[in-house]
Amino acid sequence: MIKQENCRVVSNTQIGDNIFELVLSGELTANMSEPGQFVHVKVSNGFDPLLRRPISIAAIEKENSTFTIIYRRQGRGTALLAEKSAGEEVDILGPLGNGFPVMEAAQGQTAILIGGGVGVPPMYELAKQLAQNGVSVISVIGFQTESAVFYEKELARFGEVYVATVDGSYGRKGFVTDILAGFDFQADIVFACGPTPMLRAIDTGNFAPKTYLSLEERMGCGIGACFACVCHTKEDPHGYTYKKVCSDGPVFKAGEVVI
Amino acid sequence: MSSLSIQIPGLNLRNPVMPASGCFGFGKEFSQLYDLSLLGAIMVKATTPEPRFGNPTPRVAETPGGMLNAIGLQNPGLEKVFIEELPWLEQFDVPIIANIAGSTEDDYVAVAEQLSQAPNVKALELNISCPNVKTGGIAFGTDPDLAKALTKKVKNVSEVPVYVKLSPNVSDIVKIARAVEEGGADGLTMINTLLGMRIDLTTGQPILANKTGGLSGPSIKPVAIRMIYEVSQQVSIPIIGMGGIQSAEDVVEFFLAGASAAAVGTQNFIDPFVCPKIIEELPEILQRLGADHISELTGRSWKKNERLAYHRP
Ligand SMILES: Cc1cc2nc3c(=O)[nH]c(=O)nc-3n(C[C@H](O)[C@H](O)[C@H](O)COP(=O)(O)OP(=O)(O)OC[C@H]3O[C@@H](n4cnc5c(N)ncnc54)[C@H](O)[C@@H]3O)c2cc1C
Ligand SMILES: Cc1cc2nc3c(=O)[nH]c(=O)nc-3n(C[C@H](O)[C@H](O)[C@H](O)COP(=O)(O)O)c2cc1C
Ligand code: FES
Repeated sequence: MIKQENCRVVSNTQIGDNIFELVLSGELTANMSEPGQFVHVKVSNGFDPLLRRPISIAAIEKENSTFTIIYRRQGRGTALLAEKSAGEEVDILGPLGNGFPVMEAAQGQTAILIGGGVGVPPMYELAKQLAQNGVSVISVIGFQTESAVFYEKELARFGEVYVATVDGSYGRKGFVTDILAGFDFQADIVFACGPTPMLRAIDTGNFAPKTYLSLEERMGCGIGACFACVCHTKEDPHGYTYKKVCSDGPVFKAGEVVI
Repeated sequence: MSSLSIQIPGLNLRNPVMPASGCFGFGKEFSQLYDLSLLGAIMVKATTPEPRFGNPTPRVAETPGGMLNAIGLQNPGLEKVFIEELPWLEQFDVPIIANIAGSTEDDYVAVAEQLSQAPNVKALELNISCPNVKTGGIAFGTDPDLAKALTKKVKNVSEVPVYVKLSPNVSDIVKIARAVEEGGADGLTMINTLLGMRIDLTTGQPILANKTGGLSGPSIKPVAIRMIYEVSQQVSIPIIGMGGIQSAEDVVEFFLAGASAAAVGTQNFIDPFVCPKIIEELPEILQRLGADHISELTGRSWKKNERLAYHRP
């Protein structure tokens, strides 16, 4: 069930270079289940910016009706969000979309979770749920530089974590795919979220028999009504068949859509 | 609620508020949020004879108080709309206004002929104002002679009244409005989006893959109000007004300008519950205006009768 609710800010903390962790409290937490779903956030009370901002759900705490989102201060919308302080309210629409299929990984299997930049946040809730189901979790996360690294410790609660930075200032120099190429074992399943070039490399399906990717696209409504966020399907790359990132995704099976 | 009911050609509506075409799909998504029977009517997404994928992404960009879209009339095509989408909407007690589009006169005629036969379609909205397709569309909406001829052809085949959706991207909107009235239009809907562009400073290129897009949202409201004010004084057919409506007050402003009903577009994306909210708030505003019925307000900004006394809350 999609709900619109003014959620209360519990905390809004800077956890990296321009990276903020926003904890919100609201009844719509009860409707959240799948990691990889997102919320559509109204960042201003007025007309500027007009549209909501899609942000992935990073953690769900049903016991106290709170959830966490992690975002990069990038443009006007996220800059306004960064100014919210505890006690203020934020207008949230959600949960939206279809997340990662946690049940595709069976107990005793190995899952690799790949996050690039602000693609890392949904991996936290995913790692938590997979670990609860007895799946071994390996996280591979990539960032531009050391000051942008976040959630390494948090992910380490659920399994091994490998970090890459583009400039080599922390962890391995290069991309997450460089780390993956060095693994001498096959995982059973791969889950990924991050920039498009990274997703394209993982879309090949080379890293595991089963691969799921979370996509980004500019959005209008976020609920499937405006056709802003469509992509072609791999089966019919130039035809009329399409998927909406907001309501058919944002998570797709590798090879399902044209990235 | 009877203070809100309105009658315009083909449409006996319980209230004058409806979602605008392209901002509500074919209703499925919003039906998960509220009962669509609350609405006055639904203007569904444009339908073309064949399925269309539309433009490449990015299809939306923002500007303060507005958004640009270049969806490119993506739709499943006439057959699927007729066999699947419209019958699905029959479960709701709400009249449908079918938005029809195409590249040629024959396209429009084919879609109009078939969709006007659907039991729940009570009126057609002839979209001659989409700025996001290369052929047809707006070409018909900017040339009075073409617009008139097309209206006539569609009127000839349609089983239900025909409303023509006007483009604001013209120098003299009254001329087009008069032409389609002469062509036999039963009503007008206005305005469609204003053609615009945004450029990304980091790439130096337009943000939209289509380069240009249609501007909608609160920033276009004054343009819509002015155009409805001008057109409503020059034609005798009713106008369904739209362009930046966000609140019940906005709806009243459109009525005062000369509209007989109102459609909400972009605001559905920001507040998906906006239509039922407006419907709920309208009676109180009418009361404040001392109006017994909403249709009394149509054109009150230019009609030569006593001024309204608005009592602030
Ligand atoms: C399903 C989904 C989940 C996301 N999850 C996260 C997350 O967990 N953390 C995070 O930091 N970011 C996330 N993003 C990206 C986030 O939506 C953008 O960073 C944000 O909208 C930028 O807004 P802005 O006003 O600060 O930037 P501006 O660049 O000023 O935004 C201008 C417009 O472009 C859109 N836009 C800009 N970048 C993106 C983008 N990458 N994807 C989609 N729309 C964009 C904005 O929504 C806005 O409409 C997600 C995007 C999607 C689609
Ligand atoms: C994403 C989007 C898609 C639209 N698609 C259509 C369409 O298919 N047919 C049409 O006649 N108008 C379409 N419009 C125009 C709207 O129906 C409306 O005329 C316009 O957006 C102004 O109203 P608003 O400011 O309330 O959005 C579209 C508008 C938007 C924002
Ligand atoms: S954002 Fe509107 S359909 Fe996906």
